[in-house]
Amino acid sequence: MPVLAGKELRIVGFLCNWCSYGGADTAGVGRFTQPTDLRIIRVPCSGRIDPLFIVKALLGGADGVLVSGCHPRDCHYASGNFYARRRLEVLKGMLPILGIEPGRFEYTWVSASEGQRWQHVVTTFTNQIHALGPTPVKDVLGACQGLPSLKGGDRAVA
Amino acid sequence: MQSLEDIKAKIKDALPGLDCVIGWERGWSPLHGTPLFMRSPEDVDRLTWGPFNVGNPATYLTGFKGKKVGVVVKGCDSRSVVQLLQEKLVKREDVVVFGMPCEGVVDLTKVARKVGDIALVNAAVRAGGTLSVTTPEGMVEIPWEEVAADKCLSCQYPNALVSDHFAGEPLPPAMGRDPAAEQLAALEAMAPAELFAHWAKVMERCIRCYACRNACPMCVCRDHCIAQTRDPHWLTQEDSTREKLMFQMIHALHLAGRCTECGECQRSCPVDIPILALRRKLNAVVKDLFDYQAGVDPQAVPPLFTFQVEEAKINERGW
Repeated sequence: MPVLAGKELRIVGFLCNWCSYGGADTAGVGRFTQPTDLRIIRVPCSGRIDPLFIVKALLGGADGVLVSGCHPRDCHYASGNFYARRRLEVLKGMLPILGIEPGRFEYTWVSASEGQRWQHVVTTFTNQIHALGPTPVKDVLGACQGLPSLKGGDRAVA
Repeated sequence: MQSLEDIKAKIKDALPGLDCVIGWERGWSPLHGTPLFMRSPEDVDRLTWGPFNVGNPATYLTGFKGKKVGVVVKGCDSRSVVQLLQEKLVKREDVVVFGMPCEGVVDLTKVARKVGDIALVNAAVRAGGTLSVTTPEGMVEIPWEEVAADKCLSCQYPNALVSDHFAGEPLPPAMGRDPAAEQLAALEAMAPAELFAHWAKVMERCIRCYACRNACPMCVCRDHCIAQTRDPHWLTQEDSTREKLMFQMIHALHLAGRCTECGECQRSCPVDIPILALRRKLNAVVKDLFDYQAGVDPQAVPPLFTFQVEEAKINERGW
């Protein structure tokens, strides 16, 4: 049985290609210790992220969703993250009415050189999700079709 | 009613220059108003005004793109018109707005709870604070507050916010209670897991008829709605609560900062799913963050169409 069996949750990360993805890479190159719950999806810009991506992930049974983009004013496309900031903030305010704790979704800014900061972000967020525990979504809606059940002992890196 | 005659005269005057004027006429029962598309002076004579003009005629405006049309509006409908103008989905010069002061509309679900089968109703009249409904069993008099649509009890805009022609004396805002806000507060008081289970339970009833979307004046994608496209394939046709809930989130989030709370989505729902609460919450969030209310100022830019480099109320979360 894998060491992590039952200890890992599913976290989806949407990372901007130009900064945070590089930041995560920098953290990896620097061999900083990181929790392994996060699955990264690389996007061209945080402005590319439709808030519905996050809702889809959460309703699909993700225990948490992290969005990370370039610091405001540092966007490769000049203003993508400014729009993203408004959208994501609105989404964060709206999630509670659906019955999803706002803490299951966070957004932040990490630049390509900030490996250390990435380590901090991913560790903090993972701890936060572990404090919240597994999402109630799967218990209520059942496992998402086409995905393996993530209940109990299956919740481990395959 | 004098103001109704006035507005009819104004519509008749304007009609030669317009493709049609959208209003209401009596529907299949005395309780039901139904949309009326006036193209001739005879059509205008069928126009009605009053508590049964429930639907939002602004919904049809974007369907008349490129044509000049008129629309008869209540205060809440006019907010939808304003929002469409703000988003440049309708050109100001292409639409003629006829307004009258609105004293509120009826909520047929509430009437049905009082009198049973509303299909059997053979007369319905509102006089002041009472709605008199006649069924084969006899006449029932119901206090207006008990059958008015929730939004009307605390309506802040009973008169059209934009109008080219206005008939009648403007009314003051209603000062009644706000049942929708009470309902929202009750939902927010629930624990997250319990609340999610609540939504899953009510959404189970959803039949995915998309009436909520079709009745929404702000849902303008119509044939390109992502709920029905296969590319991108956001939703399957699977009859699962997950897909239904996802559709509601698509609808709600596409209305972020745009919803004028006309309540058509919830009203048109054949299985009475209380989906307006999602939009109410979203509007509260937008109001809180950007100090913005949709459909009030034709010159304003909707908050998600723009940004500020330094956001006043967004806390840049430090990690």
